[in-house]
Amino acid sequence: MSHEIVERKIGLMGVLIALVISIGGLVEIVPLYFQSTVTEPAPGVKPYGPLELEGFDTYISEGCYNCHSQMVRPLQAETERYGHYSLAGESVYDHPFQFGSKRTGPDLARVGGRYSDEWQRIHLTNPRDVVPESNMPGFPWLAKQQIDATSTMAKMHALRTIGVPYTDSDIAAAAEQVKGRSKMDALIAYLQSRKYNVPAAPASAGQP
Amino acid sequence: MGNGTSLVVIVVTLANIAGCLWLIWWTSRTRPDEASQGNTTGHVWDGDLSEYNNPMPRWWLGLFLLTIVFGFLYLALYPGLGSFTGVNGWSQISQYEEEVRQADARTSALYEPLAKLSVTELADNRQAMAAARNLFANNCSTCHGSDARGARSFPNLTDKDWLWGGAPETIEQTILNGRVGVMPALGAALGNEGTEQVVAYVLSLSGHKAPADWVEQGKQRFSTLCAACHGPDAKGNPLLGAPNLTDDVWLYGGSPAVLRETVTVGRNNAMPAHKPLLGETKVRLLAGYVYGLSRGDHDNAKSGEGEREKGHERE
Repeated sequence: MSHEIVERKIGLMGVLIALVISIGGLVEIVPLYFQSTVTEPAPGVKPYGPLELEGFDTYISEGCYNCHSQMVRPLQAETERYGHYSLAGESVYDHPFQFGSKRTGPDLARVGGRYSDEWQRIHLTNPRDVVPESNMPGFPWLAKQQIDATSTMAKMHALRTIGVPYTDSDIAAAAEQVKGRSKMDALIAYLQSRKYNVPAAPASAGQP
Repeated sequence: MGNGTSLVVIVVTLANIAGCLWLIWWTSRTRPDEASQGNTTGHVWDGDLSEYNNPMPRWWLGLFLLTIVFGFLYLALYPGLGSFTGVNGWSQISQYEEEVRQADARTSALYEPLAKLSVTELADNRQAMAAARNLFANNCSTCHGSDARGARSFPNLTDKDWLWGGAPETIEQTILNGRVGVMPALGAALGNEGTEQVVAYVLSLSGHKAPADWVEQGKQRFSTLCAACHGPDAKGNPLLGAPNLTDDVWLYGGSPAVLRETVTVGRNNAMPAHKPLLGETKVRLLAGYVYGLSRGDHDNAKSGEGEREKGHERE
């Protein structure tokens, strides 16, 4: 093929450019689908309970990810502050994952259990009540918004179709577990679930 | 990574580099049809504009070949070719572990001599308290405030009033293993009137004004429902974390409305365990610091760096 043909037929050139770029994607991205450290849950990682799942959705709808990451990188300064670095297998049930890309506030991947529910409630209502220098906005309305149990069940059904192993009885029990709970309760339950005891010898060494 | 995937990555990576080499050879050779048209590429624009077909500059060609050499060297030294880990065995995790080793070596010089000291000895050790002050700011101030004077729901650590006891070893236990402070909801057991009576009695214990007949009836109810934890004299029980109700120090607030809420729906709050987060030595340093606070050791606690709203501590 003469070079001139490619230069004169811009459509053909576009197709060839797309071909070259997609080879890059194939080599970089596709092998990840075949790595068990990325696709299999880390030992002990379970799907979210109904209340935690609603909290996960509240976390997204309130835009928490804009200021908080959930990805402890393997750097000494980070693990000193937050705990063991994050493993890919911890977030296999996150749809979408909440790694985040910006830290105006601290990383939240290991925040579960660090503060009491009471602290979280005060802090979410008005962060200045407990941290005077905080610039986080308050979210007082969450305490007034009730969770709709039917949508919780619908979400669990949807997640099951993409591989989250909810059983029928899990879904049936969901309505009872979120009944009368506010989005504030849900978000606190989700935040308290943000912890993971990394096994002493991680099975997935080498692939954070 | 499976063997198959690994092989695919290796083949594609090497084929890519070979492709680069082929590209540079293919573009720099002279084609027969171009040679016949003299020293131009054969493209003609606007009737008479043509393009010289000069060879690529040597320095450019050299740099291109150097990047290919660099690529091979990189793939030999670092992980890149499938599951081949590279001859120098580098990995992200080994680099991280080396970082941690170096940091531990730096801090162990500080912590090792302190690890053998008791809480009270640490409280008297200037160097230990300088480190503990930073530990406090990083780990404790979010609840207890940077001035350690607490906030509503979180106890003031600078006074002599303790929920779980203020002995040095008790403070250490509190930080190591955490505490869970639970006040059960008594609204259903007391009813509206009963709640008002108990609230009136509790207010009267701290010297506040309350209707005398409510106080009297509240006292009766207190002795059956509340005394089990708070004690018959309402002076509290540090074994249960039940607060002294006679000293006018309030954790959640001492107004009638807040007291009503506390009695009706109860309270549930926790001090997280810090042993898994900080380890024993750092916890003991903090216990020394908090013990020192209660003795009035630390000026920063008195000056109130955090500038909390007044009234929080005795709300």
